Amino acid sequence: MQSNTHSIDISALGRDKRSLNLADEQVAIEVPDLSLFYGQKQALHNVSMNIPRQRVTAFIGPSGCGKSTLLRCFNRMNDLVDGCRIEGEIRLDGTNIYRKGEDVADLRRRVGMVFQKPNPFPKSIYENVVYGLRIQGIKGKRVLDETVEWALKGAALWDEVKDRLHESALGLSGGQQQRLVIARTIAVQPEVLLLDEPSSALDPISSLKVEELIYELKSKYTIVIVTHNMQQAARVSDYTAFMYMGKLIEYGDTDTLFTNPAKKQTEDYITGRYG
Amino acid sequence: MNVKQQNLKTWFKSGTPWVWMNAGAVAIAILMTLGLLSVIAVRGLAHFWPADVIVADYQVPGSEARVIAGEVVEAEEVPRARLAASGLPVDVEGGEFMTRELLKVGNREVYGADFSWVVGEWLRDTRRPAELMVVERREWGNFYGYLLNVKEQGQLVAEGEAAWAALQQRIERVDELHEQIAELEKVDIGRINHGLERLRLKTRKLELEGRLDAAAQADLDAERAEWDAQYQALESQLVSLNQQFSRDSIGVRTADGRELEINLGKVVRAYQPNAMSTADKLGFYFAKLWEFVSDEPREANTEGGIFPAIFGTVLMTIIMAVIVTPFGVIAAVYLREYAKQGALTRVIRIAVNNLAGVPSIVYGVFGLGFFVYVLGGSLDRLFYPEAAPAPVFGTPGLMWASLTLAILTLPVVIVATEEGLARIPRMIREGSLALGATKSETLWKVVLPMASPAMMTGLILAVARAAGEVAPLMLVGVVKLAPTLPLNGNYPYLHLDQKIMHLGFHIYDVGFQSPNVEAARPLVYATALLLVLVIAILNFSAVVIRNHLREKYKALDH
Repeated sequence: MQSNTHSIDISALGRDKRSLNLADEQVAIEVPDLSLFYGQKQALHNVSMNIPRQRVTAFIGPSGCGKSTLLRCFNRMNDLVDGCRIEGEIRLDGTNIYRKGEDVADLRRRVGMVFQKPNPFPKSIYENVVYGLRIQGIKGKRVLDETVEWALKGAALWDEVKDRLHESALGLSGGQQQRLVIARTIAVQPEVLLLDEPSSALDPISSLKVEELIYELKSKYTIVIVTHNMQQAARVSDYTAFMYMGKLIEYGDTDTLFTNPAKKQTEDYITGRYG
Repeated sequence: MNVKQQNLKTWFKSGTPWVWMNAGAVAIAILMTLGLLSVIAVRGLAHFWPADVIVADYQVPGSEARVIAGEVVEAEEVPRARLAASGLPVDVEGGEFMTRELLKVGNREVYGADFSWVVGEWLRDTRRPAELMVVERREWGNFYGYLLNVKEQGQLVAEGEAAWAALQQRIERVDELHEQIAELEKVDIGRINHGLERLRLKTRKLELEGRLDAAAQADLDAERAEWDAQYQALESQLVSLNQQFSRDSIGVRTADGRELEINLGKVVRAYQPNAMSTADKLGFYFAKLWEFVSDEPREANTEGGIFPAIFGTVLMTIIMAVIVTPFGVIAAVYLREYAKQGALTRVIRIAVNNLAGVPSIVYGVFGLGFFVYVLGGSLDRLFYPEAAPAPVFGTPGLMWASLTLAILTLPVVIVATEEGLARIPRMIREGSLALGATKSETLWKVVLPMASPAMMTGLILAVARAAGEVAPLMLVGVVKLAPTLPLNGNYPYLHLDQKIMHLGFHIYDVGFQSPNVEAARPLVYATALLLVLVIAILNFSAVVIRNHLREKYKALDH
């Protein structure tokens, strides 16, 4: 990450500028008032936000500010953590995902997630992509073949791997593995895509490819991305949320947040005074 | 502080002494292992070599000289005083030590024992006559002496020079007959006996259930009559074979001039070691070695082969592995993946680890008390009432031996599998869960395959421990001599209720329970070597599988 002391010049990044307004967007995920505790320790304090549909929303903030924790609430990944407790609710398309009797496996199919480090399964490229489909009990070879092709094309990986689909996924480079994981995630056709620092373990070129991919994917999916890299957030996202110490400090369209932050803390962070 | 001390200090600081210490410890461990293996190998493998047989005049001072013949098995230096103290008429004059040699003289029916200690200095005129013959027999051990003639039904057919060729020819014929007889007795008559026994049990069962009416009785009788007819035919065949078998005999003379007659039916092979070239001896050596691993034991396990013991060991270990792997893996998966981690799981883990430290004989006692008497006894009462009072499963056998070893090795498999499960990166599980897989789907499709190398490691350790275990087996199913293999052509093919032979127990039995200590000793080494080899092969194949799996699921380190 670059530690620049100047605020980031958005116009130089070549993003198409549109007038974005959070209030006009369709809501995909609604967080009315969420608090989260690890045992006695409170990790999220009364977070309220609406994630817009088919837009890229970035979470930024210093390490340990709770942005990944919040992200993992959206597909109930925090259920796996011992002693984790949630107060409040999260609504996906108007339904509380923390209600009793919620099918967590189905929720996770609808809300896909890509992790910080690429985590392909020790199987072939093909088997990695169709993993989610096989879980759903889909067996038709044609359906699987077609899904592999469009998912890999969707993840901009098809041309690189089409001749070695049945070789181990572990033989791919880090960047390719991460795109494979994205392909695997979109293969189950989720509504929401959660990206937890997807390019932090990648080299700059692979990282750029993943960014381009995110840009393309947003026409179909609601994307939420956690990133440490503020330039990345500025480049790929439509809306940005700045979090600090488990609290949502500021949330708005990316251009405004980066060029004209409303809060002092936000300004300090994006100009590199702390974090 | 002087320079030397300074140097020593830097040397210690550099870490070199620790490297030396570790390397030294490893070197000592390797040397000890190799030393042990080579002692076993040399002592065990040398036994099959056809050593020269010497003939000498044995002149004990003060008594008449006699001619003795035999193989020198062992020679040692003994203080003169000790020999004198043991009552031998030793000269007081002379060197401090004398040699004492152990001769294998054979001819048990003549001398009463096949081994004899002699004083080397009193052997005179040692010679190696080419025509001296060793006859390996099915009973009474080896015969050492000269061939006089060959007879067929008491009629002389060859004498002198021609006798040797005639003998070899006739031994071949006898060998063939012997094989036929063995085949007939083991396979055909064994099948009939098995069939008759099943028929008897069937009759008894019908009787117990009160369904033995006239029609059933007639059916059974017809079946029995059929078996009997088959038996009659085979029996007459057997009688004629046996007559053929004992048709020939040879006249022989021992080194000290006694003449005997040996029936050829008792002869396995005859050879003249002093006339054999090195190539002949090598051929003979490998033939003997092959006999050792492929044949059945003779003469209270001191002669012949140990194939049933190898077979029993391998089969029991495989059955043990088949039982212990699923149980261990299921227990580990539950403990690691599903059980709520807390005081109870900690206690269970401690208990499992301690289980690995319980002396194996305790497992043997448990196996006998619980498996054999309680479980086996109940099985017999429930399913085999017709066999009473003879037990079927209520007696030590293959199944109980395998089960006992399975619980003995269970902790190893549990611990290894748990460690394997713990080592699988959380990211991989989360990746699967994030795609909509449930916990059990994640386990089956991703976690367990990736943990399979660890399970194999557990299995390897379990096999290594189980295959070499003896103490508990003595209580739950291993015997000195099993008449048939536990896997054969008679329904139900795999006889889990049968007792088996086992290499480890064989070592104990031959080495310490044998009436013929000297003859048994080399076999103990040879059997030990074979046991090590069998375990090594079992382990090696498991290691190959594990490495293959590891390659497939190698850790995702970036």
